[in-house]
Amino acid sequence: MHHDEYTGGDGRFPATRWSVIAGIRCEDAGERKRALEALCAAYWKPVYKYVRLRWNRPAPDAQDLTQGFFAELLERELLNRFDAGKSRLRTYLRLCVDSFVMNEDKAARRQKRGGEIQHVALDFAGAEVELTRGAIDAESIASPESLEEFFEKEWIRSLFTLAVEDLRALSTARERERDFLLFEAYDLDGEGEISYAQLAQQHGIAVSQVTNALAWARREFRRIALERLREICGSEDEFQRETRSAFRGDSR
Amino acid sequence: MRYLSDKALTRLRNSAELPDLSGTRYRLIAQVARGGMGVVYAAEDEHLQRRIALKVLDVSASAGELANRLMREARVLARLEHPGIVPVHDAGTLADGRVFYTMKFVEGQRLDQYIESLASIPDRLRIFLHICDAVAFAHARGVLHRDLKPANVMIGSFGEVLVMDWGLAKILTDAVKPEAPSCDPVTQPTNGEADATMLAITGHGKIMGTPGYMSPEQARGESELLDARSDIFSLGALLRYLLSEKLPGSSTRLDRSLEAICAKACTQEREGRYAAVQDLAADVSRYLNGLAVSAHSESVFDKMARFYRRYRFFIWLIAAYLLMRVLLIIVVKH
Repeated sequence: MHHDEYTGGDGRFPATRWSVIAGIRCEDAGERKRALEALCAAYWKPVYKYVRLRWNRPAPDAQDLTQGFFAELLERELLNRFDAGKSRLRTYLRLCVDSFVMNEDKAARRQKRGGEIQHVALDFAGAEVELTRGAIDAESIASPESLEEFFEKEWIRSLFTLAVEDLRALSTARERERDFLLFEAYDLDGEGEISYAQLAQQHGIAVSQVTNALAWARREFRRIALERLREICGSEDEFQRETRSAFRGDSR
Repeated sequence: MRYLSDKALTRLRNSAELPDLSGTRYRLIAQVARGGMGVVYAAEDEHLQRRIALKVLDVSASAGELANRLMREARVLARLEHPGIVPVHDAGTLADGRVFYTMKFVEGQRLDQYIESLASIPDRLRIFLHICDAVAFAHARGVLHRDLKPANVMIGSFGEVLVMDWGLAKILTDAVKPEAPSCDPVTQPTNGEADATMLAITGHGKIMGTPGYMSPEQARGESELLDARSDIFSLGALLRYLLSEKLPGSSTRLDRSLEAICAKACTQEREGRYAAVQDLAADVSRYLNGLAVSAHSESVFDKMARFYRRYRFFIWLIAAYLLMRVLLIIVVKH
């Protein structure tokens, strides 16, 4: 089975991460389940929001369809047909979602949804709040290009959210909670009006400590985000292209 | 889980892409260029209090072959101490794991931007000779550039000519370790330029270079066949560009000698090209001095035309003198 070698810096993450594509194609049921859960963690929210807006489905239907989609991914072995040389995984998944929703009126399918991904907490209420916060107009994403952009943006939001949560856990484990708070205040909450000096004053530390804390947090955030991204890419080439999309806004 | 706003996403994206310079003596100023492999920033060396250029590997390629290539580029530059090649100061790995090197910050313009200010052919040919000097020096040190093109030549604010971007350089001798074999997939150009450097794989090996400037053998991925004549092909293409691009009155036909020099440098079969960059430069110098060039067999009319071009001033002076004498004789007779 294929896997990617790379080194994690802190030991929290394993030095070897399995590609979810390889994992889902694996014979071992446990490995398949773990891979699907990783894929689901990264994609369920973009898929849910996409179904809500693109297909204009009410929340209960969209929740059902989102769970059903990931169940079908495994049941019908849809990822076996994915070719990393031809398209990106997220584009392939989006097209699979379209196809799935178009055929969703088969009531029987709904009965067996969710069995394989029951360990991934799908916070649909939270996703609904995000949709409201984003104030996205369904009509504004009507064109194929804007649909792709919307899905990509939500995918990046999901990836970065997971990386931020990992970073929070890491800073707790390393007793660097203050570093995370500084990162949160400056990079996540700040609207640009707060300065390093103000942060230093608020926390009673030197400006250089704020600089060092933010440097550490950003470095770890980048490392974690790249590790998560590598995990959900089918090839090194796709990983590099998706990294450019995620970090540079370069969708080519 | 907290919700990340669009602004937070942008900030995270920006801060994650910036190189982590903690623990170094450099302070970031601004991004100045981006290529397929890395990003060049203007930075300040806080110890020496001077501006330098910092080239750092792209965030998408923090390890592996591209990291080796960037480090190799730094080593290639370090061995090429020449006024026409940008000097490298430092190299290493940043706290975020990305390979970097620093070099002289060149204030100036790329040749493809600067060319509009070069109004005459002799001015352009003199720039070309400077490029040839740097490339000939590199060849003498066993290094092929493999990506010579206008975008990779900088003209400094004092008119200095610098050959840049040695990222695709090939080492012909073993003084610097050659690039490691790789099985990277095809990489498309990333900077969106029409003349963007490309990197691909063929049955022979990698195709690296820029369409329109790389030699046929380079375009076929026959890396084992590349030698100085491959760069000479690129220099020929660059010379043709210099002689045609945005030149006032460029619709007029190019001089046959210059056309022959370009044609010889860009011959499809490498055996037909100049054997060394010095030979190409010598032909261009001969043209500038009004002498016959080796690439072109002149007819009697060509020789007369060249004689006229070289001694135009004296010919007109003598003609004016003779005319004055004739007029004087006529006036005296009347």
